[in-house]
Parts: sequence; structure tokens; C-alpha cells
Amino acid sequence: MKNRTARRISAGISNFIIIVLGVGMLYPVVWLIMASFKESNTIFSDPALIPKAFTLQNYARGWKGIGIVGFGVFFKNSFIICGLSVIANVIFCSLTAYAFARLRFVGKHFWFAVMMMTLMLPTHVTTIPRYVIFRSLGWIDTFLPLVVPKFFATDAFFIFLLVQFIRSLPKELDESALIDGCGKFGIYIRIVMPLTMPALITTVLFTFLWTWDDFFNQLLYLNSPAKYTVPMGLRLFVDSSGMSSWGPMFAMSVLSLVPCFVLFFSLQKYFVQGITTTGMKG
Amino acid sequence: MNKKARNRAIRDNLSSYAFLTPWLLGFFLLTLYPMLYSLYLSFTQFNILQPPQWIGLRNYFVMFIGNNQFPRDERFLNSLFVTFKFVFVSVPLKLVFALAVAMLMNQKLKLIPFYRTLYYIPTLLGGSVAIAVLWRRLFAGDGVLNAILRGAFNLNPPAWISNPKYALYTLILLSVWQFGSPMIIFLAGLKQIPREYYEASSVDGAGKVRQFFAITLPSLSPIIFFNLVMQMISAFQSFTQAYIVSGGQGGPLDSTMFYSLYLYLKGFGFSEMGYASAMAWVLLIIIAVLTALAFKVSGSLVSYGSGE
Repeated sequence: MKNRTARRISAGISNFIIIVLGVGMLYPVVWLIMASFKESNTIFSDPALIPKAFTLQNYARGWKGIGIVGFGVFFKNSFIICGLSVIANVIFCSLTAYAFARLRFVGKHFWFAVMMMTLMLPTHVTTIPRYVIFRSLGWIDTFLPLVVPKFFATDAFFIFLLVQFIRSLPKELDESALIDGCGKFGIYIRIVMPLTMPALITTVLFTFLWTWDDFFNQLLYLNSPAKYTVPMGLRLFVDSSGMSSWGPMFAMSVLSLVPCFVLFFSLQKYFVQGITTTGMKG
Repeated sequence: MNKKARNRAIRDNLSSYAFLTPWLLGFFLLTLYPMLYSLYLSFTQFNILQPPQWIGLRNYFVMFIGNNQFPRDERFLNSLFVTFKFVFVSVPLKLVFALAVAMLMNQKLKLIPFYRTLYYIPTLLGGSVAIAVLWRRLFAGDGVLNAILRGAFNLNPPAWISNPKYALYTLILLSVWQFGSPMIIFLAGLKQIPREYYEASSVDGAGKVRQFFAITLPSLSPIIFFNLVMQMISAFQSFTQAYIVSGGQGGPLDSTMFYSLYLYLKGFGFSEMGYASAMAWVLLIIIAVLTALAFKVSGSLVSYGSGE
């Protein structure tokens, strides 16, 4: 009996600490959202979190962007790049993962070790040569350098995730399909793909998020505002910072986070699953 | 018969390799060849407009030694120092926080899924330009934090972002803030530890602290180790946050000049692509050495269970 009260008190204290800490952690994000609805000139003078007067003026002004190109274009570009990357990763990382997890061939262990090593490789060793190659192909200021590598399963992280998952599936299904005359590709499409769905959804989620935030490569390859993505558009605001542009910048910042929020909240359990099965990087 | 079997084995291999072909092409064309090419470039002077010029070890010489004719690149050494400081302060702090919060949550609390979500939000958003921009405003001289400190506590705080003493710590804070992934992993790991271990040891009179060092840490050690290595590798490559918070220049006084930011400025700002390639290889070697070291140390510290 005494033990139970003790446990209840300890749970109460934990709940309290977790909530206080959590509120503290989320304060900056809440502040950002609130600030985006304040009138531009009161953002820093008004210390209250809740705006005195809600206004959408920041959103209207921010959406127009700076200069001739507006955020509509930036969002469209970001969605194109993310969409193509997602499709490429789902198809080609899972094909590769299927080969590593299920097929037998000479040199499999060697190639698997190589693949795992590329997982740890700092991207910088390939950055400059890739730039030189893509430049000689005339791909600078197009989406190609951002998207084409994904069609060659260069995101080893997702191969690893999918290999781990496919290995955990029962083999009996493949074997019975083999007896029924299914080829390797048939097994992949009809049996492995559907069963891998949870891991594929995790792949979709993280490919989208990481491509959406892949500022480094976008900065490297996109030069003209008409090709800019959402993060590049936000950077424009930073460069031309004056008091008056804070409001629109915060509004567009909030908007840029909306797709991540929507994905996260609609597919939460796949996030947790993905993180725990691979031990996730950042 | 024998020949038939061999033919079948060859066909079987070929059809398997068909599945691997996209990845193999990618590996050779987009990873291995670029790696070798950048190794070659690291021994040259190269500005992309003219063909590379062989200069031997000079790029490396300038980085670490230098002489009168080719003075040492102090900015490089500084960026190396800044990055090491960032990695070795932010990664351990992040993991300690993640473990502490995971242990708080490792009880029969009803709201765990909600908490997990709450604490993952910074990780979800933290890599974005939007949050970096926000950080810049939070810690500016006339920013949000200082408005609170002045108003509520009547203090006279410094301008965090533009003060070389503090600028790096705002970035460390931003990194530690995103402890969501290791926390979720630790929480999953904690749930795997059998309750009996704790019960048995408390019968033996072990206190909470003793239990933490005797049971919790050893049981989690493989997970902690894996997270340490992966977080370290990605921390060495941090770019976006330093770029945005410092306005692309690594300032003030190079105090936030991360390694990858300096590499970017050298390669694409000053068009010294040979030098930038050499920097990339130095980074590769640093990461390889640290990873190897971590594996070696882990051999004696990490316990992988009783090996059933």
C-alpha cells in the first residue's frame, strides 16, 4: 500500500518535471507562431505572447516574397524536389535493400560492408567532384543535381533501414511464392513490397523532411530566384533584414514548417518505429 | 548436368545483380569516382575555370605547418578548433539530456505517447532554416531572450549572437535542444531492461544511484555507443544552422566558423576547390580515426549482454 502511494508521488513529480521542461522547450516555437500574427511593428515591443490584435497581414506580405518571385513558386519548387526524391528513394532503396536482405549472389557481404561504409562517409568528400561533374553536364541551376542521385539509391541510410526491416519478415512466404513460380521481381512486388509498407512509409517521411531541409545542396546548385526552394526563400529575408521584414519572415517560417507538422502528426507511429529500428542519426 | 547447374548459378547471380545495378552505378559514379577525384584535387590548385595544377602536398602543408612563402592558414585551424568544441560539448550534453528525460518517462505514465511527441517536435523542426532564423532573433542583442531578461529580471545581458564569447553556445544550445531521437531510442532501450534486475538489486540493498551505474548504464551501453558515434559524425558536418545564424560568414570573429562552413566558403566563395577537397579529406580522416577509436574503447566498456 505504502509502495503504491510512493509510486504515485514519483509519477506525479515526473509528470510535473516533464511538462514544465516540455513547455520551456516548445516556448520558442510557440513564440514564433504567435509573432507571425502580430502587427510587424509590435513584434518586439509587445512582450505578451498572445497578440493584442490578430493580423494576417504578415502572411499576405510574406507570400509575395522579395522582388518578383513569391513563396508560391518556392513552395512549388520544394514540393517538386521532395516529391521526386521520395519516389526515387522508395523504388531504388527498396530494390537495393531487397537484394541485400533476400537474394543470394557472389560478393554480397563485401558490397553490404561497402554500403554500410558509405553511411558513415562525410558528404563533403564527394561535394566538389559532384559539383564539377554536374556543372560539365550543364545541370547547374536545375533540380537535377538534387534529384538524380536519389535514383541511384545514394541514401544508404534508407537501404539500411529497409534491409533491417525485410530481414525481420518471415521467409516462408517468399519460398512458397517461389514454388508457385514467382520470379525474384514477382516476389519483390507481390510479397516483400506490401509487407515492407511500414518501413516504406518511414522512408517517405524522412526523405521528405531531409530533402525539405537540405539547405546545403540547394544553396550550392540553385542560383536564380525562380528556382529557389522554401529554405532559400527564407534566406532572402535574412539578407534583406530590416525591422519591417520580420513579420513576413516569421509568417513564412511558420508556413515552411507546416508540411513537416502535417506529416508528423498524421503518421506519428511510423516516426517512432523508424527511429527505434535504426537508431537514427540526427 | 554439371554445366547446366553452373549455368543456372550464373543466371541466378546475374538476375540478383540486376536488382543491385542502380545502387552499384550510383556507388561507382557518384561516390567512389568522386572520392578518388577529390583525393586527386586535394594535391592541386583548382578554381574550376582552369584545369587543376599539381602542387603536391602544399594544401595540407598550408593547413597545418606553413612557412614564410606559404603562411599557415590560421582560419582553418580555428575552424577545426571551433568544430571540435561544438562536437565535444553538444553531443555529450545532448545524450545526457536524452537519457535523463527518457529515464523520467520510463514509468507507468499514461501520457507517454503525448510526451514523446512533444519532445520530438524540436528535432522535427530544428534542422530547418526557419528555426535557425528564429534562433537568430531569440538571441540577438535586442532579441526575445534579452527582452525577457531586461523586463523581468532587470539584467543587462550581452548580445549573444554578436558576441564572440557566446555565439557558439547559442548553436550548441540549438543542437542540444534537438535531443528527441536519442531520447526515443533510449526510452525503447530502457523498456527492454528486465524489471527483475532492479527488484533483485534493491533486495540486496542497492540504491538508485548504484542501480543506475550497475544496471541501467551497462544495459544501455551498446545503444549509447551507437548514438554517440552517429551523433558525432553528423555534428562534424553541421552547416545550415551556423550559416544562417552567422549570416553565412561564420562570425563574429570566426567564432561560429564550422568546418563545413569554411569548406564551403573556400570552395565556392574563394573558388579554391583544391584546398576545399583537401579539407574534405582531412575531415574524412578525422571522422574515421574517431570512429575507430570509439569502437576500440567500446570493446572494453560496452557490454552486449551475456551472449546467448
